[in-house]
Amino acid sequence: MDNKVNYLLRLGDNALILSQQLSQWCGKGPALEEDMALTNVALDLLGQTRLWYEYAAELEGAGRSEDQLAYLRDAHDFKNCLLLEQPNGNYADTMVRQFYFDTWHYFLIEGLTRSSDARIAAIAEKSLKEVTYHLRRSGDLIVRMGDGTAVSHAKTQAAADALWMYSGEVFAYDAVDEAMVAAGIAPEAGELRAQWLAHVAEIFAEATLTMPPADAWMQKGGKQGRHSEHLGYILAEMQFLQRAYPDAEW
Amino acid sequence: MIAAAAPAARSAAALSSAVAQIWAWLGAVPDPEIPVISIVDLGIVRDVRVAADGACDITITPTYSGCPAMQVIADAITDALHAHGVVQVRLHNQISPAWTTDWMSEAGKAALKGYGIAPPAQQVIDISGLRAGGRAAAAAVSRRAALAPTVACPHCGSQHTEITSQFGSTPCKALYKCLDCREPFDYFKCH
Repeated sequence: MDNKVNYLLRLGDNALILSQQLSQWCGKGPALEEDMALTNVALDLLGQTRLWYEYAAELEGAGRSEDQLAYLRDAHDFKNCLLLEQPNGNYADTMVRQFYFDTWHYFLIEGLTRSSDARIAAIAEKSLKEVTYHLRRSGDLIVRMGDGTAVSHAKTQAAADALWMYSGEVFAYDAVDEAMVAAGIAPEAGELRAQWLAHVAEIFAEATLTMPPADAWMQKGGKQGRHSEHLGYILAEMQFLQRAYPDAEW
Repeated sequence: MIAAAAPAARSAAALSSAVAQIWAWLGAVPDPEIPVISIVDLGIVRDVRVAADGACDITITPTYSGCPAMQVIADAITDALHAHGVVQVRLHNQISPAWTTDWMSEAGKAALKGYGIAPPAQQVIDISGLRAGGRAAAAAVSRRAALAPTVACPHCGSQHTEITSQFGSTPCKALYKCLDCREPFDYFKCH
């Protein structure tokens, strides 16, 4: 598969899987405002997914539509990071996952606005204000929960520790990522990681949370299609309609 | 009407007046989610062109990547122009430059306020500085920048309001409440 198509699918898959996960909170949020916020973030991510898939499908030239990319690929063809397929868990689990992702996503998208690929730069420019808003909100929630009650602090710290090993995959560049950096399409991993660590440290300090060690062992494999069992369940629900009723349309 | 124009009328002046007419018709197409404001006042329509054969090219831009109203807006534009006799309408989606609330007209902002939605107060997320990267990018999401803007209550005008939620009934709005008249209200976020 062409490197750029692969890279675009990774961007789209990350946004789609997290969007699907957040949609699960619809009607079940801990407060009405949280319910609306998460579904709004899910909607932004779904819109971004479509922009990435649309471009990937055009470049691929195999006649696949954005819907076919979303609904007719199996788990090993998905390239999302393992962090995003981790279960919603309790609200602290969901918000820590969101905060780890939003921090990386924000600095990545900000870097992509300077991409040598004009279409990618345009999509990044469109997405940047949305992801800025996402990150401000998730950082705010981490502070409120971390520096909240003894129970909210304990749950947020536990989530921060448990999800930490999934936070490093986005910085583990493989040949696809490196080809994008060499072509001036994507930002380098080193700078992104430094920005990510600095922002997480700033928010965790204010949230009175202990940041796990930066040199901890990290999971990887999602980008290359090696997933945990969680993704199968997510896809089973997301793809059911198209699998059961092929080519069904609204 | 435009399609029926005689060949002699297809001068530059005629085309320019046809473009102005199309803008006026689009100015009467309401936003599907906030019907007191038109899609032109909202800044969604970016360009109108009329070809010599009467075909009309309309360029629109989404407010948010995932705005679910875009298809409805596209259909509403086509329907409105068909109703005015424009036979061929071609719609184009453009995402760059990215839509901003700065493109909202003053008339549109006044209409929002009259409808009970506080209009955008200031440019909170200014991405022009962000593109410089590094320090500016980090500052944009620091906790100081996350403070919500002061928004006047659209009901009683009081500045004594507070944010309830950073997201409201649609992606483009946040929820506020007035601490004086006690009414909750939507705030159209700066974007």
